[in-house]
Amino acid sequence: MDLTVIILVEMLYAVASLILISAGLAVVFGMMKVINLAHGEFMMMGGYATITAVNLGVNIFLAMLVIAPIIVGLIGLVVERLVIRHLYGRLVDTMLATWGLSLFFIGLATMIFGNTTTGISTPIPGFAIGNYQINGYNFFIIVVAVLLLVGMLTILKSTRAGLIARGAMQRSDMAAALGYSPDRIYMATFFCGSALSGLAGAVLAPLVGLVPTSGGAYIAKAFITVIAGGPSLIAGLFSSAGFFGIVNQVFTFAISPVIGEVALLLAAVVLLRLLPQGITTKFFKGKL
Amino acid sequence: MPGSLSKDAITIILVTAILTWVMPLIISTYTLTVLIVYGMLGLSLGLIWGFGGILCFGQAAFFGLGAYTYAIAAINIGESTVPMILAVLVPAVFAALLGAMMFYGRLTDVYLGVITLVVTLILFKFINSTAGPQYVIGDARLGGFNGIPGFQTLNIPGRPDDYIWGDSYFYVCAILLALVFFLVSALLRSSFGRVAVGIRENETRISLMGYDVRARKTVLFAAGAAIAGLAGALFANWSEIVTPSLFSLGQSAEIIIWCIVGGLGTRFGPVLGAAGLAYLKFLLGQQTMIDNTLITGLILVLFVLFLPRGIVPALASLWKVSFGRRPLGRIPQHRRMRNRERING
Amino acid sequence: MAEVVLETHGLTMRFGGVVASNNVDFKLRARELRCLIGPNGAGKSTFFKCVTGLQTPTEGEVIMRGVETTHWMPHQIASLGVGIKTQTPNVMDSLSVFENIWLAARRFHAPRNANRKTQEIIERLALGSIARADLGQLAHGERQRVELGLVAVGDPWLVLLDEPAAGMSAEDVERMTEIIHELNKTAAIIIVEHDMQFIRSIAEMVTVFHQGKVLMEDHVDRVMSDPTVRNVYLGKKA
Repeated sequence: MDLTVIILVEMLYAVASLILISAGLAVVFGMMKVINLAHGEFMMMGGYATITAVNLGVNIFLAMLVIAPIIVGLIGLVVERLVIRHLYGRLVDTMLATWGLSLFFIGLATMIFGNTTTGISTPIPGFAIGNYQINGYNFFIIVVAVLLLVGMLTILKSTRAGLIARGAMQRSDMAAALGYSPDRIYMATFFCGSALSGLAGAVLAPLVGLVPTSGGAYIAKAFITVIAGGPSLIAGLFSSAGFFGIVNQVFTFAISPVIGEVALLLAAVVLLRLLPQGITTKFFKGKL
Repeated sequence: MPGSLSKDAITIILVTAILTWVMPLIISTYTLTVLIVYGMLGLSLGLIWGFGGILCFGQAAFFGLGAYTYAIAAINIGESTVPMILAVLVPAVFAALLGAMMFYGRLTDVYLGVITLVVTLILFKFINSTAGPQYVIGDARLGGFNGIPGFQTLNIPGRPDDYIWGDSYFYVCAILLALVFFLVSALLRSSFGRVAVGIRENETRISLMGYDVRARKTVLFAAGAAIAGLAGALFANWSEIVTPSLFSLGQSAEIIIWCIVGGLGTRFGPVLGAAGLAYLKFLLGQQTMIDNTLITGLILVLFVLFLPRGIVPALASLWKVSFGRRPLGRIPQHRRMRNRERING
Repeated sequence: MAEVVLETHGLTMRFGGVVASNNVDFKLRARELRCLIGPNGAGKSTFFKCVTGLQTPTEGEVIMRGVETTHWMPHQIASLGVGIKTQTPNVMDSLSVFENIWLAARRFHAPRNANRKTQEIIERLALGSIARADLGQLAHGERQRVELGLVAVGDPWLVLLDEPAAGMSAEDVERMTEIIHELNKTAAIIIVEHDMQFIRSIAEMVTVFHQGKVLMEDHVDRVMSDPTVRNVYLGKKA
């Protein structure tokens, strides 16, 4: 019984962290058809922003939920203006340029913070269920992920900006013809996407020892989740994160964490072979 | 491609002779050897990406697979000839299977990128986790993140005690690179190579002509992997240890950067890009003021923004403008434009 | 009567709830030239794509020279000796005219013969002056002509052309008509076309598509004077 609860919580947690990891990338990909391979480094910077702020005496939740997203969002804005906007519509070129950016940021972080592991402790204590110890912070991650999805859904469904965004997502040329400057939409989108990456990196920072190359651990998973999700932003994110999270945890519990990771990756290969355009081309068609 | 294959052969022999004579006067043969190996690795991706239009994010997987195959086989056999052959064959077969899966599933562009990237990661994670003593192939322990040291290095075929090392190993590598370069040239001049370029340009048209695009892409992909595998085996011999970092995404990224900087759609570009950037990295490694990765990243961004065709095609155009001759290979701007239409449409 | 080289039985293609091609029975004999006409969305292009393997029909079968090709890939169909030209020019932009045609010639001939065949076609289509130019630099009419060259060089016995005259000048169309007539000496040809002028100048037999079905099949003059066809085209109720 206790074990069932633990496994359930762990699965929820795996799904939630995949959603967090992928949200920023999904927003940017969904809206602009740009794959930001520096996404992992945006998360890494979110982590560093949090740790630096906490070390300066800022409340940890304020640092994670406000400061980190804003700082990383601003970095994203600069990146968009300097690099990305020159490459719109050139999918492969953007991927390559953002890969370059990812290396650039790794180098930059190494120069500033050094190639050593830093970290902060989790602000929420763990507790026991029966004989098992469970990490209280996992619940926080789950809550953040749920709030994030609900928030995104609300914004897209019931605000003016969300409506414009949905329009631009479907037909950017038409949105432009109706008088919405794609330049500004893209700028705003990239800011939001980067801020989400920063948030994810910040929230996950207490769970990992942060090094400048930490981003590498996230990017592949985020990439897979987003591509496998397909064109629908939220439904895609939710379904593919759900699928991969569960596969990962089932194999982690059954065999070992490494096999869990490998199983996740293999599942991605199989899934893409079967549904080359992503889950939401077949299921949840036309949803957000 | 102008000229003929025999002209290619003469050029390759001359250039190889001059470079193997001049370069050791400037750079140590030890460093040059690894530059040659990287040149070969660059050429492997240059072939499939520049001429076949297959963007592989996991070329390092074949490089690492070649290196590990060599190391494991060398430990078990104790002589280097068969391991060298296996190091070419195993990645080629692996790529053929992977390629068949991808191309027969009609995966393109980003999706191809994801799959190759994921496969690289799987290999990386798997090899990284094999530290325990239960992971053995024959007499060889896989060693996890510590890698495999202490295997038999290259010897004169049939004489396991006559090692080829130092300067002679450098010449062996140089000749092998020249040979591979010649084979790639021959391949590109053949009908197969021309059809491959046709596939890069317009897959639908080539299949409407009656060519089986899927099979041809698979074969080309395997050929690229074979070259990468050979480079991996040569690298293993040079470094005398193989580690999982050979499979890493960073390694894959570097191969892509070499191709971009050197120039896609040329044979010489990726080789030059690889050797040049690897040497730059070596020089930068001797200073500590600016981080190495930062510069690599910056180079990639700047090239994508300002010189997306790479150095060699740019020089070739310059040559054409100055002396009125046609450049060698090309991926011109309108192709990129067409991609833009396709994505927006 | 010449042998039947292409026939379809009950060819049906559905996209979700839309029936783009509805139970089409079609027959084409050797060296016949047939135009497919019909208003936008009549199902001509869907029919074309199902026959060429670019799409797989939901139901029905396609038979070419007695071989069922319903689920074949485009390259398999092309390998039978079927020349296909799609609606938008499908050429290799950064290769020269010679290289483009050579690639098509090489599919059916050894390299030496491929060179000769390519030269022949270039002369026949009067492309000599631009043989070394890259396709990307050529005008639309020239690109269309080169694509026709790609089709012709394989000595096909069946040629399928989707809107070959679209966007071309009168002079280009005239040249195109000549080439098609020449091809027609050895091959059966299907042309999907909008341009009535062009159809009159080239075709005798016409098949009219409407709402995914074959509306009528007759000589061009009778089709043109048919009140139902006129109404379909002008959008009035019959």
